[in-house]
Amino acid sequence: MKRIRFNQQEIVFAVFALLFLLFSIFLRGFLSSDNMLTLLQNVSVLGILGLAMAIVVIGRGIDISLIAALAVPPGLVLQMVQNGHSLPASLLTAVLLTVAFGLVNGWLIAYAEVPSLFATLATGLLLAGLGQAALFQLDVVQWSPGMDGFERLGQGTILGIPTSIVMFAIACIVVAFLLRQTRWGAYIYAIGDNPYAARVTGIPSRPIIVLQYVVAALIGCFAGLVMAASVNSMPTRIFNSTLIYDVILVVVLGGIGLSGGRGGVLNIVIGTLLIGTMLNGMTIMDISYAGQNLIKGVVLLLAVITDSFLNPRNEETAQQGDI
Amino acid sequence: MRDTLTSLRYRYWPDHLLGEILSKRWTETAIPVILLLIIGLALSRSIDNFLSPASLADTARQAGEIGFIALGLALVVIVGGIDLSVGSIFALTDFCALYLLDVLGWPVPAVVAATLLCGALLGAVNGVLIGYLRLRAFITTLITLIIYRSAYDLLIQRYSNAIASAFPDIPSWDFIGGGSVFGIPTVALVYIVIAIFGHIFLTRLRPGWHITAIGGSRRSAYNSGIPVRRTIALCYVASGLLTSVAALFFASRLGTVGGDIGVGLEVIVLTATVLGGITLGGGKGSVAKSAVGVLIVLLITNGLTTMNARGGVNRMALAGILLVAAMVDIRWQKNRTRIISKVYVAPTYHALPPPPPTEIGQGGPFEQNDKLRHVESIGLGRIEAPEDVILDRHDNLYAGSRHGDIMRFLAPDYQKMEVFAHIGGQPLGMAFDREDNLYVCIGGMGLYRITPDGTVEKATDETNRSMRSVNDDSRLRLADDLDITDDGLIFFSEATVRYEMDEWPIDGLEARGNGRIISYDTKTGVTRTELRGLKFPNGICVASDGQSILFAETFGCSIKRYWFAGAKKGRVEVVMDNLPGYPDNINLASDGNYWLALVGMRSPSLDLAWKMPGFRRRMGKRVPVDEWLFPNINTGCVVKFNEQGRILESFWDLHGENHPMITSMREHRGYLYLGGILNNRIGRYKLDNADPNFVQYDKRWGKLS
Repeated sequence: MKRIRFNQQEIVFAVFALLFLLFSIFLRGFLSSDNMLTLLQNVSVLGILGLAMAIVVIGRGIDISLIAALAVPPGLVLQMVQNGHSLPASLLTAVLLTVAFGLVNGWLIAYAEVPSLFATLATGLLLAGLGQAALFQLDVVQWSPGMDGFERLGQGTILGIPTSIVMFAIACIVVAFLLRQTRWGAYIYAIGDNPYAARVTGIPSRPIIVLQYVVAALIGCFAGLVMAASVNSMPTRIFNSTLIYDVILVVVLGGIGLSGGRGGVLNIVIGTLLIGTMLNGMTIMDISYAGQNLIKGVVLLLAVITDSFLNPRNEETAQQGDI
Repeated sequence: MRDTLTSLRYRYWPDHLLGEILSKRWTETAIPVILLLIIGLALSRSIDNFLSPASLADTARQAGEIGFIALGLALVVIVGGIDLSVGSIFALTDFCALYLLDVLGWPVPAVVAATLLCGALLGAVNGVLIGYLRLRAFITTLITLIIYRSAYDLLIQRYSNAIASAFPDIPSWDFIGGGSVFGIPTVALVYIVIAIFGHIFLTRLRPGWHITAIGGSRRSAYNSGIPVRRTIALCYVASGLLTSVAALFFASRLGTVGGDIGVGLEVIVLTATVLGGITLGGGKGSVAKSAVGVLIVLLITNGLTTMNARGGVNRMALAGILLVAAMVDIRWQKNRTRIISKVYVAPTYHALPPPPPTEIGQGGPFEQNDKLRHVESIGLGRIEAPEDVILDRHDNLYAGSRHGDIMRFLAPDYQKMEVFAHIGGQPLGMAFDREDNLYVCIGGMGLYRITPDGTVEKATDETNRSMRSVNDDSRLRLADDLDITDDGLIFFSEATVRYEMDEWPIDGLEARGNGRIISYDTKTGVTRTELRGLKFPNGICVASDGQSILFAETFGCSIKRYWFAGAKKGRVEVVMDNLPGYPDNINLASDGNYWLALVGMRSPSLDLAWKMPGFRRRMGKRVPVDEWLFPNINTGCVVKFNEQGRILESFWDLHGENHPMITSMREHRGYLYLGGILNNRIGRYKLDNADPNFVQYDKRWGKLS
């Protein structure tokens, strides 16, 4: 099995390299340093979201509500500062909201045993609806003077590297540490590999699953803050976009099987690079938004088909109703 | 006085119905229906004109369109998948219809056919991916949702102006969208027709059963030879097809290709499906549930729109309902059996007078003795659970066993034991007919016939369903004992219609008349229920007059007589009541009297508990099963009684070691053979003054032995 996994990573990396090479040769302006930085900056938010999704997918779940966590709590920060609250208080509120949201997700999935796809589909709608109905006055929450200084989270450079990329790197290190160096991380792999066995062994699977969704929501919120800082506003309509499919694309293409228990941060980095290159190339080629979506969809479909061949579902532990 | 009140309350208040109703599948539909009524009532009070014909017709049009999509999704969910791409398929097929009609100018029938084909093809893509390539349904349809949606976006960029500028004036097309028959919109009418067909398809036709089976357990379905992959694929095709039907009606009603058509539709339909009670993960669901779910969701969203709620509120309401419904559904599916088993047991009032004495020195016909202490044992440790024993004219001994076999012990020494026939269920009462066929009652299976060469044939396993019973009582749950009349009519008892064989003590806890006596005509093959409401009817024996049967009611502690012919035909008379124990099998004795086995003796505690139904209900709920007050069946006796119901003789095993547990006895050539359902042996007791040539069924059929 290990050999196959290694192969998949290699294949994805080779595809990335090939794509990169082709674009460099045939697309004018692709290889310029400006474009490279734009590419990396654009995908860093996607990469951070990919990390959040990775934690959940490794534990044999999925979190469709990540975009809501990305849009609503950071939007709330901007909105509260706009309304005259202080930045720390707003941040604290947003973090509390995110944690509560993660707890709801986790409780629904671990304790109420609602399939994760459904639970997060519905809670995402719920949070987005909440933002739309009660929190925000406009669809795009604008930057206000009270936020000044905070934009450094997404703009500028640190040691010559764009900040958003640094943020992605920091997130990678944190998640890698959580997954590989802590007991909690090991438990996630165990649960993803075989939930029943994990439970029988005495792993407190339910609290661990709840924690997965809380951490995922927090990372999602962090990605939202980085995004808001880099564009100086929070377009909350992003919830209606297809961003979540890009995230799944990153995870699946990077080689983290949807059946759980496998993969790591490296897979996310590779997946992010590939998707970033693809999106950037398509933008340079001036393909329409719908056309880009079409291509992304087809690529994602191919990726999922390949994934189902390389990481076949374990029929022994696949749950009835695990759709 | 208090006893009378209790007795009346338990006689006329049907406690047992609650559990039986809850264990019906349709109660799961009843809950959403009640919710629908409540919501409908609330909205009609708070919104004016909510129930006006125009408003209703409008609701019906929307409900019909969403209803088609929900039907398709119901199929997919029942087969164990999900289809999120319906919203995009809806948009694409809507475009397809309008493009063909407005831009290409096709005739309406061709447009309809092409649109349906388009929907089926789009569904087929999902079907192939999920059914044949076995991808995950959720993720796959999520991806096709994006692909179809972006394809739609690309298409309307090019053609929306052409479509928007065309105003086709085709009466048949307008009739599809806005016509009505007898005031019912076309779409609703077509929906009703398809829904009725869908109901028949799911509940009565083979492919529908296949769908439910696959959803229930994919692997089992595969192992039983169902074409799993094809069936799953076809469900997605059906989903696409039904979505395109909805799109056709939508296109003909509005004729637009806006950018947001079908966006979020999948969430609405999914909410409707889950709310209706169709279980996520498959195996359970019905057309009615889907329809009810659609109506509820539609009423709520329309109500919110009428009340001018913001878009976010609408979204939150849908998501909230979806979550709550999914949670309730999942918890209910998980705990259903437990809840039902708590309310299913419904004890009733059952009063018996103090039993006659059995102690030594007290006198009376039941006075204990030690006659059975030294019976011989046959097959000791080799046979398990011989409920009944019977002997043929060659003196071979037959007995049932727990393993589902009829065992035969060969004469004369009964040392050699062989399997005479394998049936599979536990054999209970047995009888020979005129042609030496052995008829056996099999617990959980019914009445079976074994020919002399050992071939097993089913005689009957069902009877007429009684109209007033909630449980389906047409199947035989616990056929117990039988006898055959001269005309070839077999009377057999079914101890209980509410419990399975291994749950017989629970029936004793209820002490309700749950049993019945059924006749099977060997000439015509007709099975009929003769008597109902008996308290665990057990032993049956055709009386010497040939016009009546004697039967034992175990928990009624009585022997009764039922006339099936003659002047008193159809009447029931008590022969003996208030026995000191629980009567079991009855058989003929060589002197024209009857043998009766008392399988266990009554105890004052259970007698008292039988008068206290509330106490027993609490016991059933709070105390683990193995600590309930059970009818004692560890010790019993054999008695002989005559036609008038007088006890002539009794046989006991005081020592309690060799043969205390007796469910049946059979006299044969001067010996009494004893069987017991908890025993590991068959007893053989030498009778004094018995006819040494008596063979029960030879005498019965007038044959010489």
